[in-house]
Amino acid sequence: MNATTTTAGPTTRDYPAYGRPLWQRWLFTREAAVIALLLAVWFYALNNVAFFDGPLTITFLLQDMTPILLIALPMTLIIITGEIDLSVASVVGLSSVLVGVLHQDGWSIPAAGLAALVVGLLCGALNGFLVAYVGLPSLAVTIGTLALYRGLAVGLLGTKAVTDFPEKWTTRAKENIGDSPYPQVIIIVILLALVFAFLLHFTSFGRGVYDIGLNTEAAHFTGVNVRRTKLILFMLAGVVSALAGIYYTLRFGSSRGDNASGMELRVIAAVLLGGVSIFGGRGRLHGVIAGVLLIGVIASALRLEHYTVNVINIIIGLLLVASVMSNSVLAWLSSTTATRRNKRGPSPSVAPAGVGTEGRQ
Amino acid sequence: MTMKLHSKRACAIAALLLSGAMILTACGGGDGGGSSDEVTVTFLPKNLGNPYFDTSDKGGKAAVDEFGGKFEEVGPQEATPDGQVEYINTAAQQQVKGLVVSANDPKAICDALNQARDAGTKVVTFDSDTETDCRDAFVNQASAEGIAKVQVEMIAKAIGDKGEIAILSASANATNQNAWIKMMEEELAANHPDIKLVDTVYGDDDDQTSFDKTAALLQSHPNLKGIVSPTTVGIAAAARYLSDSDKKGKVALTGLGTPNQMREYVENGTVAEFALWNPEDLGYLAAYVAKALVDGDIKGEEGDTFKAGKLGEYTVGADGEVLLGDPFVFTKDNIGDFNF
Repeated sequence: MNATTTTAGPTTRDYPAYGRPLWQRWLFTREAAVIALLLAVWFYALNNVAFFDGPLTITFLLQDMTPILLIALPMTLIIITGEIDLSVASVVGLSSVLVGVLHQDGWSIPAAGLAALVVGLLCGALNGFLVAYVGLPSLAVTIGTLALYRGLAVGLLGTKAVTDFPEKWTTRAKENIGDSPYPQVIIIVILLALVFAFLLHFTSFGRGVYDIGLNTEAAHFTGVNVRRTKLILFMLAGVVSALAGIYYTLRFGSSRGDNASGMELRVIAAVLLGGVSIFGGRGRLHGVIAGVLLIGVIASALRLEHYTVNVINIIIGLLLVASVMSNSVLAWLSSTTATRRNKRGPSPSVAPAGVGTEGRQ
Repeated sequence: MTMKLHSKRACAIAALLLSGAMILTACGGGDGGGSSDEVTVTFLPKNLGNPYFDTSDKGGKAAVDEFGGKFEEVGPQEATPDGQVEYINTAAQQQVKGLVVSANDPKAICDALNQARDAGTKVVTFDSDTETDCRDAFVNQASAEGIAKVQVEMIAKAIGDKGEIAILSASANATNQNAWIKMMEEELAANHPDIKLVDTVYGDDDDQTSFDKTAALLQSHPNLKGIVSPTTVGIAAAARYLSDSDKKGKVALTGLGTPNQMREYVENGTVAEFALWNPEDLGYLAAYVAKALVDGDIKGEEGDTFKAGKLGEYTVGADGEVLLGDPFVFTKDNIGDFNF
């Protein structure tokens, strides 16, 4: 143990976050644990679940998870600021209905999709305005807009459905890349994931997101434009949800007001499972992506094992509770070790944002 | 130094333990992998927890047990097409031999069904059909003409062939309900000129919505003489509302219902008679159609004949349709003989 720690050169950086070599800092994180769990479940299913190794599994898994993967990206940033957006699934529904209604009125799919994206952006802007500029709690605001946007969606189309979408577009939504089992849409997901990862982890805007989550006032005094940041994040959530809605519509070839209802819970579950703290200030995108895929793999394996949707929900719910609880347990563990450390010497400074579980003590 | 590492390591260990626990719980699932000769039949109703489909799936299971196959019942919680697609995909992955589906949308689940058929699965729709090019056969519970006719006959008899009536349907794009309503309208116009259909409302096959829509119907149409509800959820909710309101006995109610749900209202006089087929027979027949397709006895073409266990010989009609038979009318006198 001594050997490894000395090679890291703790003489230059003596605060805990940099007290260990890089590989340890990368490996002993929650994100790594989620990725390990994902791989473990994947390999377990591959060997023990009949037909899990079939070529269709990965295709269906990615198709099923694409809307959740997409929305989880902006949702991660929003939850890191300590806010939440419950209205995303309703925006998916509204965008789906808009694409259907406009297409029925003779708009082309790209035009209808663009209109849906604009409306999604406006939906997000309304959320963001109420949260950031009026100063209302995001939980209350987005519960309200959850009902509002869903109501608009159902109101526009009633209980009818639009299903006559051009073959060209519905096939395109489902096509794989060449002969590989990977759907083409995954390219969009990867591009957006790269954009969001860059935004969150490599820009001052992203550092501001963490600062807001850790301490809004301090963030404000260090020059972070808190209001603008939050507004932008909610607008991003709106427009990405609308994009997910377009995909959802074309994939199922069905535009309905109740499309994707309840999806916000699956998105938030995946984000929290991926290691983002519901109190804000902590979390990383690769953990979230692993969290989404973990939920997808578990659901897919359980379905193949003939479990009904109720059992799948129970297991994902338990997993979520366990993951949120593990945060508290770990925080308690690190606080007890910190007390013990205090008896021996001066307390180390608190780790900077986003690194380590003691970040929000 | 070791102390410094402690919290991080605790974190990692806890996470690994959590993973271990999760994997162990996942181990509970069986060893999977059906033998290749067995006829595996998966029933995919519109949603789970619906007594109608519980009954039809029971019939399906009885048939599958009879011919020695492997029966499976899966389905979404909400009756939505996207929920069904996940299970159709799973069936395709599992390469089940026969998939028996009641479609939540005639078109939205088509691509998924065809993908399953490409993987070798025979697709039979029952209760609610898809477009004809995405299934091998459709088991029709009753001809639309038969159902429309029996419902018009029942309501005409109940209100003395004269007055305002309304329809309380399922969702606005439910395939079969819409077909029946259209034919009822034609039948009314042709043979019952004194009956006026004043409104059609949609309870979405949801008990509370149907209940509320019944209340609204009675309020907005004070001269209403009768309600026809061609859906089991709708007629039960409407009967519950009527039996507690002052309109009981004044507004006639009929339609399609199940004996267990309607028993109370038939016995207390809210409903004189209602019709249905036997969903258990429907599921039973659907399972046999799936088996006949899997065995290659039929191809789903007009004129193909096959034997469906206790139900006897059936012939495939136009567009791959297999008709169960005429609807059955339940009254106070015979309802005691049925339990589903």
